[in-house]
Amino acid sequence: MLLTFPLVGVRFNPVENIIQWRWRNLALVGIGAFVLSALWRWALARREMVMVSAAGQSSFRQRSIWDNRTLRWSVGGGVVAGLVVVPWLVSTYQTNIFISFLLYVILGVGLNIVVGVAGLLFLGYAAFYAIGAYAYALLNHYLGWGFWAVLPLGGALAAVAGVLLAFPVLRLRGDYLAIVTLGFGEIVRLVLENWSSFTGGPSGISNIDRPGLFGQELSVAGTNIYIYYIVLAMTLLTLVVAERLKDSRVGRALQALREDEVACQAMGIDRVGVKLMAFGLGTAWAGFAGVIFAAKTTFINPASFTFFESAIILSIVVLGGMGSNWGVILGAAFLVLLPEYLRAFSEYRMILFAVAMVLMMVFRPQGMIPARSRQYPVEDAEREEGGR
Amino acid sequence: MEAVLDVRSVSMNFGGLRALSDVSVTVREGEIVAIIGPNGAGKTTFFNCVTSIYTPSEGEVYFTPRGGTPVRLNGMKPNAVTALGMARTFQNIRLFRNMSVLENVMVARHCRTRAGIFGAIFRPRWVRQEEAEIVRRSYALLRALGLHPWYNELAANLPYGQQRRLEIARALATEPRLLLLDEPAAGMNPQETAALKDLVVRIRDQFGLAILLIEHDMSMVMSLSERIYVMEYGCLIAEGTPQEVRRDPRVIKAYLGEVDHA
Repeated sequence: MLLTFPLVGVRFNPVENIIQWRWRNLALVGIGAFVLSALWRWALARREMVMVSAAGQSSFRQRSIWDNRTLRWSVGGGVVAGLVVVPWLVSTYQTNIFISFLLYVILGVGLNIVVGVAGLLFLGYAAFYAIGAYAYALLNHYLGWGFWAVLPLGGALAAVAGVLLAFPVLRLRGDYLAIVTLGFGEIVRLVLENWSSFTGGPSGISNIDRPGLFGQELSVAGTNIYIYYIVLAMTLLTLVVAERLKDSRVGRALQALREDEVACQAMGIDRVGVKLMAFGLGTAWAGFAGVIFAAKTTFINPASFTFFESAIILSIVVLGGMGSNWGVILGAAFLVLLPEYLRAFSEYRMILFAVAMVLMMVFRPQGMIPARSRQYPVEDAEREEGGR
Repeated sequence: MEAVLDVRSVSMNFGGLRALSDVSVTVREGEIVAIIGPNGAGKTTFFNCVTSIYTPSEGEVYFTPRGGTPVRLNGMKPNAVTALGMARTFQNIRLFRNMSVLENVMVARHCRTRAGIFGAIFRPRWVRQEEAEIVRRSYALLRALGLHPWYNELAANLPYGQQRRLEIARALATEPRLLLLDEPAAGMNPQETAALKDLVVRIRDQFGLAILLIEHDMSMVMSLSERIYVMEYGCLIAEGTPQEVRRDPRVIKAYLGEVDHA
């Protein structure tokens, strides 16, 4: 308060050459600072308490209500049903927002395989998004290929690019890997920007075909809803595949790689193969999302695939909870939907992002929905063993 | 009896530093063999050479898989060596800390199972059966080592002694023929050490293993092992039964120093 006093409490009026004392402002700043710091300290103390009580408790993890299979399925079904009817209830503009939300869910889940499950910090994810988008744009522009032909191809191309990038960075981890992937992301963007004769340079490619529905002509709103359903189906597919991968032999190998590379090899896991797999599996989804993005906007240019884009996707993963696909959905909602609906506060958006990030790192570094290792039903095995 | 592991005059140089020189070790089927020596004698380096984490500068390492002929391990990848049937634990515990106890063991089933990406995505019948089998066998192993009450706990939350046990369980899950234990009793109290000794003998008999261990706890080494190799400054200075080694003057010198004015 003492430090801010000259700034807030004193104002020099140059016209009348007098000093105005603003005691009210000073009081407000003082009270505000007091309340905020009290809140901050209270939250910190509460965090300590939770930690202590957690350490003191029995070591078994508590069961969550989500262990109930019926409940999980009914809630999931309800959400999907809700998402299916949404485009008929809201305007085209709203549908568009939802499309971009779902696109970010796909991207987040894809990146989550690399960052969250396999623990490889990856900063150039937008490059693979760009590869998917440009694959469709270029094939459509030069060869006239349709959306459905390119969709799997875009994913495959992005996966191949991911594996190719993985080769030189096999030995890198952590910060070093982050720098290389960051560089890769920038290289892809710069190539797209400067290879004007082929990619159209900074002005991009326009008039990309929208996806066809058995040769029918659809209105603009109709196409939008159609794309919405494509994205929705893709999102569900991504989630199912990612969840299944996580709970499989391959997924366990990826997690083991995140935990300890030497032990991982000593347990008979091929480090190189598993890393290549992580990159390929993670980047393929960016390719799919890119193809859909190009089809949705019908116009793409390199400005859509900057580092900022990679950072947002990474934030979604970190904020939602590394390794947790449900966290990614929540993170995407927070970072994509919220700014859209709080347009009134758009001036403060970046400040709010930053505050949210800092609070998150202090109070919940594991993310909104932390990943939980799977609980396996071994009761049967126990009985079987006990019965012998 | 058949030699499971046959190390022929292996040397290891790190630049100008000779960490191992001319070390030959043989482990026969079903044997418990110990390597002892002062700190920095090159015991762990030797383990790393045997498991192909390092490639030895000179010499050869041969391993005989179950029902097979001897295979030369020099230059093989560590995971391939594990797949042949050699498993190890680490001196500084290297568990997958943020995975559950059961998952730690399940990971080690990797090289004995084969579901790939598409198996994981489409989950055909054989993959589901394989998964169930992994869970069943992993849990049985935890049970054999008395870790089953914690199966759903994160590995990082286990008490220290149990973490060492989990490392052994994880190594056993790879179905080894030869198990290498790097200081399994480090940091354990006498009761835990005694329990560990029983455990080592029990898993040897139950799983038909040969065991090669590095250990500093002399009471454990002397009562447990059938043969002992003694290392100092990267060289083997003695080998033989516990009685022979105990009386060897070079070993006494290495451990207690020279008797100057006797």
